[in-house]
Amino acid sequence: MSQPAIAVAGAAPFKGKRPATRSFWRNVLRRLLQDRFTMICFGVLMLIILAAIFAPLIAPHDPYRTSMARRLIAPGDARHWLGTDELGRDLLSRLIYGGRLSLFTGFTPVLLATLIGGALGVIAGYVGGAVNMLIMRVIDVFYAFPSVLLAVAISGVLGAGIGNTILSLTLVFIPPIARVAESVATQMRAQDFVEAARATGAANWRIVTAHVVPNVTGPILSYASSLISVSIVLASGLSFLGLGITPPEPEWGLMLNTLRQAIYVAPLNAIIPGAMIFVTSMCFNLMSDGLRSAMDVKQ
Amino acid sequence: MLIYVLRRILYTVPIAIGVSLVCFALIHLAPGDPLSSIIPEGASPETVAQIRTAYGFDRPLPVQYLKWLGHVVTGDFGTSIMTRRPVLSEVLPAIANTLTLAAAAVTFGFLLGCAFGVVSGYVAGTPTDRAVTAVSITGVSIPHYWLGMVLIVVFAVNLNLLPATGMGEGGSGSFGFGWDSLQYLILPALTLSVIPAGIIARSVRGTVAEVRKQDYMQTLYAKGLPGRRVFVHVVKNALPAVLAVMGLQLAQLLGGSILVETVFSWPGTGFLLNNAIFTRDLPMLQGTILVLAMFFVLINLLVDILQTAVDPRIKRA
Amino acid sequence: MSAVPTSPRGAVMTSVPSDPDPRDRGGPAQPLLIVEGLKKHFPIRGGLLGRPQAWVQAVDGVDLVVDKGETLGIVGESGCGKSTTARLLMHLMTPDAGQIIFDGEAVGALRGLSVRDLRRQMQMVFQDSYSSLNPRMTIEDSIAFGLIAQGTAVKDAKTRAASMLRMVGLTPDMFAQRYPHELSGGQRQRVNIARALTMGPRLLILDEAVSALDKSVEAQVLNLLQELKRNLELTYIFISHDLNVIQYMSDRVLVMYLGKAVEVGPVDEIYRAPKHPYTRALLSSRPSMDPRRRMSKPPLSGDPPNPINPPSGCRFRTRCPIAEPVCSDTVPLLGSLKGGEAHPVACHAHRPGSGHSAAPSEGAVH
Repeated sequence: MSQPAIAVAGAAPFKGKRPATRSFWRNVLRRLLQDRFTMICFGVLMLIILAAIFAPLIAPHDPYRTSMARRLIAPGDARHWLGTDELGRDLLSRLIYGGRLSLFTGFTPVLLATLIGGALGVIAGYVGGAVNMLIMRVIDVFYAFPSVLLAVAISGVLGAGIGNTILSLTLVFIPPIARVAESVATQMRAQDFVEAARATGAANWRIVTAHVVPNVTGPILSYASSLISVSIVLASGLSFLGLGITPPEPEWGLMLNTLRQAIYVAPLNAIIPGAMIFVTSMCFNLMSDGLRSAMDVKQ
Repeated sequence: MLIYVLRRILYTVPIAIGVSLVCFALIHLAPGDPLSSIIPEGASPETVAQIRTAYGFDRPLPVQYLKWLGHVVTGDFGTSIMTRRPVLSEVLPAIANTLTLAAAAVTFGFLLGCAFGVVSGYVAGTPTDRAVTAVSITGVSIPHYWLGMVLIVVFAVNLNLLPATGMGEGGSGSFGFGWDSLQYLILPALTLSVIPAGIIARSVRGTVAEVRKQDYMQTLYAKGLPGRRVFVHVVKNALPAVLAVMGLQLAQLLGGSILVETVFSWPGTGFLLNNAIFTRDLPMLQGTILVLAMFFVLINLLVDILQTAVDPRIKRA
Repeated sequence: MSAVPTSPRGAVMTSVPSDPDPRDRGGPAQPLLIVEGLKKHFPIRGGLLGRPQAWVQAVDGVDLVVDKGETLGIVGESGCGKSTTARLLMHLMTPDAGQIIFDGEAVGALRGLSVRDLRRQMQMVFQDSYSSLNPRMTIEDSIAFGLIAQGTAVKDAKTRAASMLRMVGLTPDMFAQRYPHELSGGQRQRVNIARALTMGPRLLILDEAVSALDKSVEAQVLNLLQELKRNLELTYIFISHDLNVIQYMSDRVLVMYLGKAVEVGPVDEIYRAPKHPYTRALLSSRPSMDPRRRMSKPPLSGDPPNPINPPSGCRFRTRCPIAEPVCSDTVPLLGSLKGGEAHPVACHAHRPGSGHSAAPSEGAVH
């Protein structure tokens, strides 16, 4: 058997070891690391997250300890760097501890919604037909509600508390993620390599996990990451309304709520917790934007 | 085109039914007896049963749903447990107030967004672009309820320029177009305008950058066409998308204004919702959500149809 | 001294199977693939409720036969239904009507061949070399996927993938760990061929497999295909719109027009003495280097008709130079392919007793 001609244009013969290949995600990571803006945001976020995790070690005071004598001290005080709230609790400590709940109730719903909504969307996109119609029509009904309204409605009905808040926000985020997932999955389904995989007679679940999922996680994650900032703002917003975390737990939105009464007397104290929400949300947004740019460049 | 419109309306019907189902289900999702706020303490089982029958709660769920739907279609959204008045009579004035606020917010948002979008569209690609993008991302990330508080602190508490809360001396009934009433509108509308401003800015910026890059624009510049004519051209291109965004934002704000209304004690639907939640006034809650959701669906439908009519490039099957 | 090997249908075979394939069921006389009455109509939805308002008759009653060891070329213009036929054969689309018989066994029938088993014996190479490969998978994983999915151990599958790469002329050390975007078009198509062959099929469908490649690369890939066919004792269905490539690769040729097969025959006969007016027009439209063969007017007149509302009777009649009233009344049939007819043609002018003025008289040998 004669050797077919190998000389194909473009293939420079390699001498020595195997060429290094760059997988898609490694490329994305490389580009992210080079993006200074994103790295700064990442740094700020890590600071906030680490502070939240190591709160017992960092916080100068007990966040629950009230003191009627030391209420509403303005920021800049020697003992209370950021002042105290309306019940005399140290604001800095409550901010640090508050990060735990605010970040948790902000991040978890997006995570859950990505898993559930992503699965629903991919199934609807791949299977198509009647299954697709059924799933997407139900999703459309929930999509027909403005998101804040839906969150308030569900939380209002179920009551306050961390579990209900997470449930409510997850339900709010499942429809948009499912839509994105379904759209990408349908595109993937039409690709030749999926047809070729079907032509090998492989089982559907195998085709989905090996071919569809790796190609749709990129867009889905990029979209989901842009929802994290929305989720944090919304979760704190629910607490602001009294529907989320209940007192005396420290949480940024709740703090904003209770300090609102004092807005004429101690305006600076009142707005500091909101600043934390803003900074966190902004950093997540900028990072998600950076992620999208990193993934956007065609290899 | 007519076929598309009819098809779109036809499609809205199952969505509307689905929405009504969700609203109906909400009440029955609530933990505890929906009637717990009506049934007096220590009532005898017979009294409880009587009340249940009076409210129709002893029937199977589908029957309850159909009865409720029947009422809704004829305009009877139930009676508020708190005020004993029909829900609709409470909701409609509240919607008027919220609509005032939302309309003002969208207008501010449009102005701010366009101004910002045009500027950032012109600097697109230059080093200032990154900074400008950061500012627009600020608009989207900012918690608007917090922004409201900041604005109150700055303008009401410190500068004493504008009132902090409320809708005016005489309440919503006497709201007019004079400065007396409008001064109450400025801060909440500005606060709410940040979100549509951000989205409109992004849309305008995209269109401006795109139009400027196109080949025929280079030709126009080379011919020495004055900047004003170019500007008109840009506006024509951007308008359909911006109009669509404004319509959608109006709809979103209708439902999402609750946070800002709480901050400013603005007597709109958000305020109503808040009260209904805390007094467990379930018929009121249900009715308000239903009305708001229906408005949202309707406005979405209108925007969709208008967009097809205005923009000939959109191909509809 | 051996006679020139010919297939049961009279085609001169470019390659001859030496030992029978262990999976062979029907013997050398049994065609590997028989297709009867293949139909696929796509609905066009519209109106208020989205009901089908019209049908695109993409494939409308196609019969074909492929003998073991031969290459059947399917040629036709864009939109004639070639690619749809290929996908129907692979069962990537469900046919609306028709039967597929592989090596004597009916596909999908109760006691016949299951679609799953069919896919073990029949594979396809697509036109777009880039979209045929998962951009997130290494070459090696792409090739090995089918085997792993069918139950082979991962290590064995990868070994086989490496040997397949070698067989198509790509060094495994250099290419196995690469990603599709790092390869050229020709290299990717070789990978696609390797992947199709990994499953060990007996029949390979090549759907415009070289159409997107540069000419020099195309030649290399075609030579590779010829060599693989010899060494692995394959049967090919080669689909293309390029007449020269079809002539080079095929033993027999099937000409398609607007969803129907209009002429079938050995390659030399078709190219030397085409019978159907469409085939004649196609072949004469090839540009020639010979200045004596300049054409003054185009061979085909009129626009290609709409596949949604094809002309009645013979679909080619609107562009046919010898069309007559009988052509719009009656649909000309291709005739039975199993009957051993070497060069059937679906044209009234060649059917005795059809009523066409040019038709041979009844009983005459044609």
